Amino acid sequence: MLILTTVLTSGALTLTACGSRDDDSGSEKDGSGGGKKTTVTIGLDAPLSGDLSALGLGIRNSADLATKIANKKNLVEGVEFKIEPLDDQAQPSIGQQNATKFIGDKTVLGVVGPLNSNVSQSMQKPFNDAGLTQVSPANTGTELTQGDGWKKGDKKRPFKTFFRTATTDQVQGSFAAKYLYTTSKVKSVYLIDDQKTYGAGLAASFKDTYTKLGGKIVGSDHINPDDRDFNAVVAKVKKTGAKALYYGGEYPAAGPLSQQLKDSGVQIPVMGGDGLYSADYIKLNKKANGDLATSVGAPVEKLSSAKQFIADYKNAGYKDAYEAYGGGTYDATWSIIEAVKKAVQDNDGKLPSDARAKVLTSMSQVKFTGVTGDISFDEFGDTTNTMMTAYEVEKDKWTPKHSEVYKP
Amino acid sequence: MHELPQQLANGLILGAMYGLIAIGYTMVYGIVQLINFAHGEIFMIGGFGAYTVWQFLPDSVSLLAVIPLMIVGGIICSVAVGTAAERFAYRPLRGAPRLAPLITAIGLSLFLQQLVWALYPHAKSDISFPQFHGDSFHVLGATIQRGDLFVIIAAPLCMIFLGYFVSRTRSGRGMQATAQDPDTAKLMGVNTDRIIVLAFAIGAAFAAIAAVAYGVKNGQIGFYMGFIMGLKAFTAAVLGGIGNIYGAMLGGLVLGVAEALATGYMGNIPGMELFGGGGWKDVWAFVLLIIVLLIRPQGLLGERVADRA
Repeated sequence: MLILTTVLTSGALTLTACGSRDDDSGSEKDGSGGGKKTTVTIGLDAPLSGDLSALGLGIRNSADLATKIANKKNLVEGVEFKIEPLDDQAQPSIGQQNATKFIGDKTVLGVVGPLNSNVSQSMQKPFNDAGLTQVSPANTGTELTQGDGWKKGDKKRPFKTFFRTATTDQVQGSFAAKYLYTTSKVKSVYLIDDQKTYGAGLAASFKDTYTKLGGKIVGSDHINPDDRDFNAVVAKVKKTGAKALYYGGEYPAAGPLSQQLKDSGVQIPVMGGDGLYSADYIKLNKKANGDLATSVGAPVEKLSSAKQFIADYKNAGYKDAYEAYGGGTYDATWSIIEAVKKAVQDNDGKLPSDARAKVLTSMSQVKFTGVTGDISFDEFGDTTNTMMTAYEVEKDKWTPKHSEVYKP
Repeated sequence: MHELPQQLANGLILGAMYGLIAIGYTMVYGIVQLINFAHGEIFMIGGFGAYTVWQFLPDSVSLLAVIPLMIVGGIICSVAVGTAAERFAYRPLRGAPRLAPLITAIGLSLFLQQLVWALYPHAKSDISFPQFHGDSFHVLGATIQRGDLFVIIAAPLCMIFLGYFVSRTRSGRGMQATAQDPDTAKLMGVNTDRIIVLAFAIGAAFAAIAAVAYGVKNGQIGFYMGFIMGLKAFTAAVLGGIGNIYGAMLGGLVLGVAEALATGYMGNIPGMELFGGGGWKDVWAFVLLIIVLLIRPQGLLGERVADRA
């Protein structure tokens, strides 16, 4: 027994000793900027499984691509970027666990994601407390950057660590309302949302602008996003004789909602935000033709700045499409890379010891031409690029109809 | 009020689907007093079984010809999983405290969900299911979709079959005997083990038919679809009187109609504007359940197993 204990203890001691020595030598070498490169991890949080995984996987791949390109170009001397993807399953509680995981890993200097605004709400505070930069490519919930008082004009930035390359629902919903009223010339709308942060915010902003323009909201309702049978709501829409349906929510419920509406004989377009702008929406909805969606940025395929991105994405051989947020994610990841670059340059070519704080201060000065256009952040952490695009489903494909830099 | 026939039709169609799934809960409960919470997943597996058959068939074949094959495929998968669940997850626990099989059931339901997800990686989000194309029908002021016809025809047929089976066949009478008193039934020469397997199999087959109905109606299936549908079907079974097969169908229909009417009209009642609409329909469905249980705890048609000690 005694022998056994001795062997175990000495074994354990040797192991721990070895471990620490390895760590020490590693970081010394990294610090000196010599042969071995310092690894900077960029955390990535998105729904990689479940309902919204098509969008999530596009986000993961695009972020991965950005770090690979940065490494290949050797953009930051002595720094090797790496992505650490975590799956939040579109659930706030899991998002928060992921956030604490990122905070615990000292090599993480910035986090890209998540997709959902309500997931972001659970992650903002831990990141803020840890001083870790977060850049979301997809969160459009206005209160995330401007506080709960934004509807009354009382804008206040709640978390200094939160940035985003997507513009806000306030811009998006308002843009949709203007497009539907002035371009599509639809004067009466039925309004439905799924009561989530994203859907409700979008619907509220849509309603605000649409009624101001003179359009009529002939009815409104809420649905449960887990439902797939919307015939009861469809019957109500039918009765009002609305000329379009605006839906604040995401494609898994919007697909059957739109199809059941048209099946019931109501041939009106369904319009939504970037939550609908996915190829899966058309796959799940055999009567999607004529439906509309808005999305942030200009269509990636049309921008010259995006051609390189599309080619690189293709060459990298990812299985999944980059989807709605590919360009925005690339830019979000790139903004962190640029911030790291600045932090390193300001510190004589070495990664500063308080790298997280330095990256955070550098974020406000980041300025570059990204995939979706010129990227920089305003005093709230919002992107200064408020380019919006309206899309329509034509021949089972999303076709860009109209892009503009939109200010509500 | 011309919306009323439409809402009633919507509710009845949805309710018939709940009813078909509820029969699986009610039969199993009637015989072994077990709430098979994995039944929602057996329903989901029926959908994926049918989907798999569809994948192997050429596109050119008309859906009408394919549907019977898909139903068979769905039934095979559901029945296989349902009976295997009985054999490996529930039978070893027979006679154990009631909580034990309940926990296994929940574990089994998660296991099946994740299994299907692992087998169909592209089903991470909903996947599309074949649908009937063509015009809808107009009956008494309501529009009925072609996809809905499936459940409208299937539900009564299933009920007639089940009614005949339970009251007229030897196995059916054995089932009734086992439900009343398994020990005495055994003494009278009824093979109770076989009867229990049969109950699981019939419930699973009906769930598979409901899953095909769900698929052609909504045009999509997903690996988690069993959860909410299973919960609703369980509610329907309790509403109708758990253990009572006609009660399960009635409970399903009542639940479906209640949901449709709550969505359509609750908001029109003065003072209730806030509580109407689609977001509230589940609330009203469960309020209805609570009211029925308060006034008639045995359910609408009564429990069949009430005479047991």
